[in-house]
Amino acid sequence: MAEVLVLVDHVDGEAKKVTYELLTAAKALGEPAAVVVGPAGTAGKLADGLKAHGAEKIYVAETDSTDFLTPQVDALASLVAAKNPAAVLIGVSADGKEIAGRLAVRTNSALLSDVVGVSASGVSHSIFGGAFTVEATWKGDHPVITVRPGAVEIQESAGAGVEEAVSVSASGVRSATVVSREPIVGGDRPELTEASVVVAGGRGVGSAEDFSVVEALADALGGAVGASRAAVDSGYYPHQFQVGQTGKTVSPQLYIALGISGAIQHRAGMQTSKTIVAVNKDPEAPIFEIADFGVVGDLFKVAPQLTEEINKRKG
Amino acid sequence: MNIVVLVKQVPDTYSERKLNSDGILDREASDAVLDEINERAVEAALQLKEANDGSEVTVLTMGPDRATDAIRKALSMGADKAVHLSDEALAGTDYIGTAKALAKALGKVEGGYDVIFAGNEASDGRGGAIPAMVAELLGIPALTHAQEVSIEGGTVNVTRATDDGITKLTAQLPAVISVNEKINEPRYPSFKGIMAAKKKPVTTLSIADAGIDASEVGLASALSTVTSAAPKPPKSAGEKIEDEGDGGTKIAQFLAAQKLI
Ligand SMILES: Cc1cc2nc3c(=O)[nH]c(=O)nc-3n(C[C@H](O)[C@H](O)[C@H](O)COP(=O)(O)OP(=O)(O)OC[C@H]3O[C@@H](n4cnc5c(N)ncnc54)[C@H](O)[C@@H]3O)c2cc1C
Ligand SMILES: Nc1ncnc2c1ncn2[C@@H]1O[C@H](COP(=O)(O)O)[C@@H](O)[C@H]1O
Repeated sequence: MAEVLVLVDHVDGEAKKVTYELLTAAKALGEPAAVVVGPAGTAGKLADGLKAHGAEKIYVAETDSTDFLTPQVDALASLVAAKNPAAVLIGVSADGKEIAGRLAVRTNSALLSDVVGVSASGVSHSIFGGAFTVEATWKGDHPVITVRPGAVEIQESAGAGVEEAVSVSASGVRSATVVSREPIVGGDRPELTEASVVVAGGRGVGSAEDFSVVEALADALGGAVGASRAAVDSGYYPHQFQVGQTGKTVSPQLYIALGISGAIQHRAGMQTSKTIVAVNKDPEAPIFEIADFGVVGDLFKVAPQLTEEINKRKG
Repeated sequence: MNIVVLVKQVPDTYSERKLNSDGILDREASDAVLDEINERAVEAALQLKEANDGSEVTVLTMGPDRATDAIRKALSMGADKAVHLSDEALAGTDYIGTAKALAKALGKVEGGYDVIFAGNEASDGRGGAIPAMVAELLGIPALTHAQEVSIEGGTVNVTRATDDGITKLTAQLPAVISVNEKINEPRYPSFKGIMAAKKKPVTTLSIADAGIDASEVGLASALSTVTSAAPKPPKSAGEKIEDEGDGGTKIAQFLAAQKLI
């Protein structure tokens, strides 16, 4: 069976959840082969997790290069040439999309981006914020496919995890150099795109201080906090929490919108949530058109009461 | 300094966006505008020009005839000239084909390029890869998702901001730089700017003019093929109540009934 290369997305030797989703998705196309690119010692920390999620092989490209994303492209390109894989799977992220695009250029492969499903007959996309479902297929060998985090349900199944070192000859492509990195330090809350509950606040929250009302409800539910662009632009909440067309796309089990009008660009990032609850003073707010349960009222009265009610039920 | 900005016309997100049954964007269904992120890319280019005497800003777009509106907008903001790659043969071009065509067209920009600005991600496709792919094809560095840019001598420094954090990048020119939403506030075209834009040169290139092989672009040569496209039924409204002092409790009851708490 042909191999399917999976680029391991990791932070300092810890695999991101999407890596295991990719390994699961890879099984639909062939034999999962994980590709680790990082400083010496990285693969050692990742190996157990990769094996537990079905990696038959673990290719290890150790490098101290400070070239920006080029080592990943070089390693994958040399493996594509050597192994002629059935496909290359990469997680959707700012880095992942660029690695995928550059790799497809290098290897002259089809590029299928932001897919939500992978099968032997093709891939599926969910576009315009879930308003359309598109099925697509590819021509030629080794398509490069980027998969949206959270789209595939992880299945554990042990793989052999045979390690093989890959020596990558640098392509010599002129590259940007990484001078420094400051990863975002995640707090105690789950990651926005991975959370099963998201509580989001909009301009209606009115100030940065009052976002504590949103946070309290999120914490009661064990959820992540999101924000509309108006809330972000007004400085109530940091940019990386923006939900919508130019922010994150989320699809949690439960999305609670507090003081958000539900503009089309906001809806584009959250309308595929399984259950939507909205609190808004304005009975005409468009968010109510897609809310499973809507309360016309003041969020400062409704949300704290809800938080208290949830904490009571837990206690 | 020769500065090129890659700009794209996209369906206005305030209007409904539709796909034809063959999966191609129905460009007639919605209004088309210069993508908001590209206004920021143009603004970054204009600021660089203003800091470097004798610089020129060229906007480059690949798109149908009516993309001239997007070009005019960029020219009225203050760009000096434009190149419009437009050809029937480009219809249905996939991602790779677009990158190849843009790379070829960049080779035709009079004066060449020292800096190529782009948006980090177009609002219609959410691809987020064209700038890096164009750079790969040209064999030059891509500094993407820039929140801050400084260019001094032949060196560019960028603060890249993404979900993963902040990365500082450096490279030698020429380079591709894609900008994020936070980089700047784009200027509004002045009346004078709008009038002046009407007289600025716009060069229209066919694929032959740009030296693009017909086998590399268009629907037939696309390596990715859409097999079906279907609208999803929109979510419909559920229950809506007026808060009578028990709104929070009512939500809790709803969530409990849904087994969400
Ligand atoms: C190209 C482009 C991209 C965009 N991308 C995004 C994006 O990614 N994400 C995004 O969110 N937006 C995006 N927008 C902006 C979008 O159009 C809206 O402006 C934005 O979503 C509005 O945010 P809001 O709902 O918080 O604010 P508003 O529209 O101002 O709504 C605030 C709501 O709060 C209610 N309210 C006020 N006080 C209270 C109270 N005490 N209790 C209850 N309710 C109250 C009001 O009735 C109102 O409905 C984009 C726009 C453009 C043009
Ligand atoms: N057809 C095009 N013509 C000119 N520039 C483009 C085109 N497509 C993409 N770009 C540029 O690449 C950026 C990112 O687009 P994308 O990779 O498609 O998300 C855009 O903001 C533009 O700057």
